[in-house]
Amino acid sequence: MSLPKLPASLAANPSLNRWIAFLPNKTVRVASGKVEIGQGIVTALQQIAAEELDIDLSKLSLASGDTEIGPDENYTTSSLSIMASGAAIRAVTSEARALLTERAALRLNCAPEDLEISNGEFLKNQEVTGVDYWDVADEIDWERNATASFPHKTTSSYKIVGKNTPRDDLGKKVMGSGFIHDISEKNLLHARMLRQPSPEAQLSYLDEEAIKRAAGGDIQILRKGNFIALIADEEWLAEKAARAAYQHAVWSGVSNIPKGAADARNLPGQDAVENFYGDQVTADSTPGKKLKVTVTRPYVAHASLGPSVSLARWENKKLDIWSHGQGMHPLRRNLALALSIDENSIHARHADGPGCYGHNGADDAALDAAIVALEIPNTWIRMQWKRDEEFAFEPVGPAMQVDIETILDANGNPTDWTTNIWSPVHVQRPGAPGVVMLGAKSLGAVAPEGDPADPPPERGYGGPRNAFPAYKVGQTHIHHHLIREPAVRTSALRGLGALPNVCAIERMMDLAALEAGKDPVEYRLSLLDDDRARSVLQRTSELCDWSKRGASGTGKGLGIAYSRYKNIAAMAGVAVAVTVEKEIRLEQIWAVADAGLAINPDGILNQLEGGCVQGASWALKEEVKIEGAGIVSTDWDSYPILRFSDVPEINLELISRPNDIALGVGECTVGPTAAAILNAVAHALGEPIIDMPLTRERVMETILKE
Amino acid sequence: MNALDNVCFTLNGKEVEVTDPDRPLIYALRNDCNAKSVRYGCGLEQCGCCMVLVDGVEQYSCTLLTQSVAGKSVETVEGLASVDGLHPIQQAFVEEQAGQCGYCLSGMIITAKSLLSKNSHPTRAEIVEALDKHLCRCGAHNRIIRAIQRAAELMS
Repeated sequence: MSLPKLPASLAANPSLNRWIAFLPNKTVRVASGKVEIGQGIVTALQQIAAEELDIDLSKLSLASGDTEIGPDENYTTSSLSIMASGAAIRAVTSEARALLTERAALRLNCAPEDLEISNGEFLKNQEVTGVDYWDVADEIDWERNATASFPHKTTSSYKIVGKNTPRDDLGKKVMGSGFIHDISEKNLLHARMLRQPSPEAQLSYLDEEAIKRAAGGDIQILRKGNFIALIADEEWLAEKAARAAYQHAVWSGVSNIPKGAADARNLPGQDAVENFYGDQVTADSTPGKKLKVTVTRPYVAHASLGPSVSLARWENKKLDIWSHGQGMHPLRRNLALALSIDENSIHARHADGPGCYGHNGADDAALDAAIVALEIPNTWIRMQWKRDEEFAFEPVGPAMQVDIETILDANGNPTDWTTNIWSPVHVQRPGAPGVVMLGAKSLGAVAPEGDPADPPPERGYGGPRNAFPAYKVGQTHIHHHLIREPAVRTSALRGLGALPNVCAIERMMDLAALEAGKDPVEYRLSLLDDDRARSVLQRTSELCDWSKRGASGTGKGLGIAYSRYKNIAAMAGVAVAVTVEKEIRLEQIWAVADAGLAINPDGILNQLEGGCVQGASWALKEEVKIEGAGIVSTDWDSYPILRFSDVPEINLELISRPNDIALGVGECTVGPTAAAILNAVAHALGEPIIDMPLTRERVMETILKE
Repeated sequence: MNALDNVCFTLNGKEVEVTDPDRPLIYALRNDCNAKSVRYGCGLEQCGCCMVLVDGVEQYSCTLLTQSVAGKSVETVEGLASVDGLHPIQQAFVEEQAGQCGYCLSGMIITAKSLLSKNSHPTRAEIVEALDKHLCRCGAHNRIIRAIQRAAELMS
C-alpha cells in the first residue's frame, strides 16, 4: 500500500511536534509558519485545528512565525495560507486526535470507536470518562513524523469551520495593543537609518557633529561602509538626528533618473528576458476581425499605514529578532547570510504589523536592526523606519503594460489570442539573482548573478499572473518581456501581475462583445464553460441590475469583470457603478465570490471588501513617482490612496460551496475591481481610459479628445 | 533637563509628569506613559494614526508639542475600557469586526469618540466627513462606518 501524500507544508516539516503541543494548562498550541498580515489567517487556522480536535477555540492557541517552535512554511503569500498551512494543520490535528484516542481507548479498555470527544475530554456512551487529551498526551512520541493517513471530520459535522468567528487579534487591536510596535524591553535603544539615496550611492562625507548638534542630546552614530544608523536611548533624539541627517551627508554616484523615464509606456523596447507561454505561434494568420487593447499601470506601493519596525538583540552569540515580515524562517536564512552568522544562532519571531500586502520594508528593517544589534550587543535595538523611508525604499509593485490582440471569427468569438506583457520582475526576495537586502548592500555585499526570475507557472507566474483568460479564446500566446533593469527595486505586491492582466482581458471582453453586437455579460457567459464561474458572473450581474444598464456615453457607467485568481484560487465577479464628470466617482460596488468551503465567512467578506477598495485605489489614485535619485512620492499627499469620502457602499455575496475545497481569497477581488472600474468608465465616457491611475487629468484629456 | 521644564497633564484621568517639553506628544505618550495605542504613521498629520483627545478635541499627537498639553486632559484608547468591559465604541468595532490589520483603529476610535460626543446620531455622511482625515489601507472603511453607527446605538 502506498502512503498517502503529505500536504506540501507537512512534507517539508514532517515532525508532529513542529505543529502541535499539548500544554500543561490543558490547552493546545498549534503552530504555523504563516503569519497574520491583517488578513485574519490566524483565526481561520485556529478554526481548522479546533474543529478537527473537537475543542473550544478558547483552548487553542496558534504560534505563528516562530523559528524555534514552528514549521518552516516559507512566506505568507499568494492566497496560499488556507490551502497550504490549513491542509497541513488539518492533517496534523486529525492525526493527533486519532493517536490520542487510541491511547485513551487502551487506558479505558475499549475500542477507539467507542469514544467520542467533547472539548478535549473523552466520552464513552455519552458519559464522562475522566480521561482527556492531556492525560494521555505524554504517552505519544510527538517527534514522530506525520503520516496524514487518518480520516478528517466530514464537512457536515463541522461546528466551528464555516461559522463566523471574531478575530482574536482585532479584540486586542481595538484595545490599542497587539502590534510589534508595542513591544517594550528594558534599556531598549531607539534607532533610525540614514539610507543611501540610491543603491550605488557612496558616502563621501558625513558631518557627524552637525547631526549631533541637531539632535541636541546624546546620540550615537554607527557607520559601516554606507550603512549609517542613528541611535539614542530617547526615541525623539534618534528621530531628530535622522531628520537632520539628510542635510549633513554628501553622496557620490547618486542615480539621476529623468522625469518620465520610469513611465509604464516606456517599458516596451527596454532590455528584457523573453519568456513565452501557451500555444506555439504558427505562420498562418487566422482570418477575421482584429481587435487590440492596451492597459498600463504605473509602479504602485504597498503603502502600509505604519512604516516598518524591528527589534533585535545580540547576546551570548545569539540573535533574537522580532519582525512583521511575511516569513520568519526565510528571514532567519537571509539574516544569517547577510550577517555571516550561523542560522541556528538566530531566533526570529513574528509579531503583527500594519497591513502588509506583500514584500514591503519589513525584512530590510529587520536586517537594519540586526546590523546595529551586532555592533551594540547585549541590549535591545528598536529600528523604526520613517514614513518617507518606507515610501522611498520599500520594493514597489512593478509598472506594467499589457497588450492583447485577438481575432474574432464570423460569430464574433475569439479564435486567437496574443498577449504581450512588459513588466519588471514581481518577486525579488533576498537571495534571488540581483538581490541583496538594503542593509547588506550598504555594507558592500554583492548580489548573486543571474537573470531576474518571476515565480514559475506552477506557482502562478509573476508578470503573466492571470494572463490566461478563463474564457474560451482559442489559441493563446503569452509573450512575457521581463524587463531586466527597472528604475527602482520591485517585488511582490498583492496579486502580482493579476491586476493589469485582468484589466486587459476584461477590457477586451467588452470590446469584443461590442464588436460582436452582444451584451457584455451574455458574451462572457457564452465563452465560459465552468459552472461555478458562470454562477459567479451571473450573480454579479443580478446584484448590479445589469439588465437595466443604460446607454454608453452619458457620464454614468456600469462595468463588470470576472476572474479566478491565479486560475486556481477563489473566483470573483465585481461590478462597479461610476459617475464621471471631471473626476470619477464610485457610486457602488458589488462583488460575488466562490471560495469553496468558507472557513470563516465573515473573515472572507472582510478580505473581499478590502481587495475591492485596494483595487479601486490602485486603479484611480496611485502612482509611485520616480525622478532623480529614485522615488519622490514619499508622503500621503504625493501618494494619495482612496479615502473614506471616495469609498462607495459595497455589496458582497459569498456563494456557499461547503463540499468543495477551501480556496484562497486574499487577492481575488483586486483585479476584477480595477477591471470593472475601467469598463464602467469606458461605458460612462463612451471611450476608454487605458492608463492607470484614472486621474482627473486623464479624464479631462479623454473628454476633450471626443 | 531641569525639573521645572517638566510638563504635567492628565492622561486618561491620571496626573502624569514628563520631561522634554519640546518633543511631539506621541513620544511622551508611547515611551514615557506606556500609552502604546497612540500609533506612529507619518509624523505629518496626514494619516490620523496618532490621534488623541486633548480636552475632548481630537489632535494629531505626531506634531503637537508636549508642552502644549500642560495642564490639559489627554485621552487615548487606553482610557476607554473600564473594569466593566470595553467602551461601547470598542465593543461596536469588535461586533462589526471593523478592521483588518487594525493599525488605523486607535486613531479612528478617538475621532469616533469626539464625533459621538458632539453628535449622538451621526449620518453616514457625517461619519465620512469626520473620518476623512484618517487613512485605512486595508479597505475596512465601510465596516468602520457601520461600527460607529452601531456605537451610536449602543450609547443611546
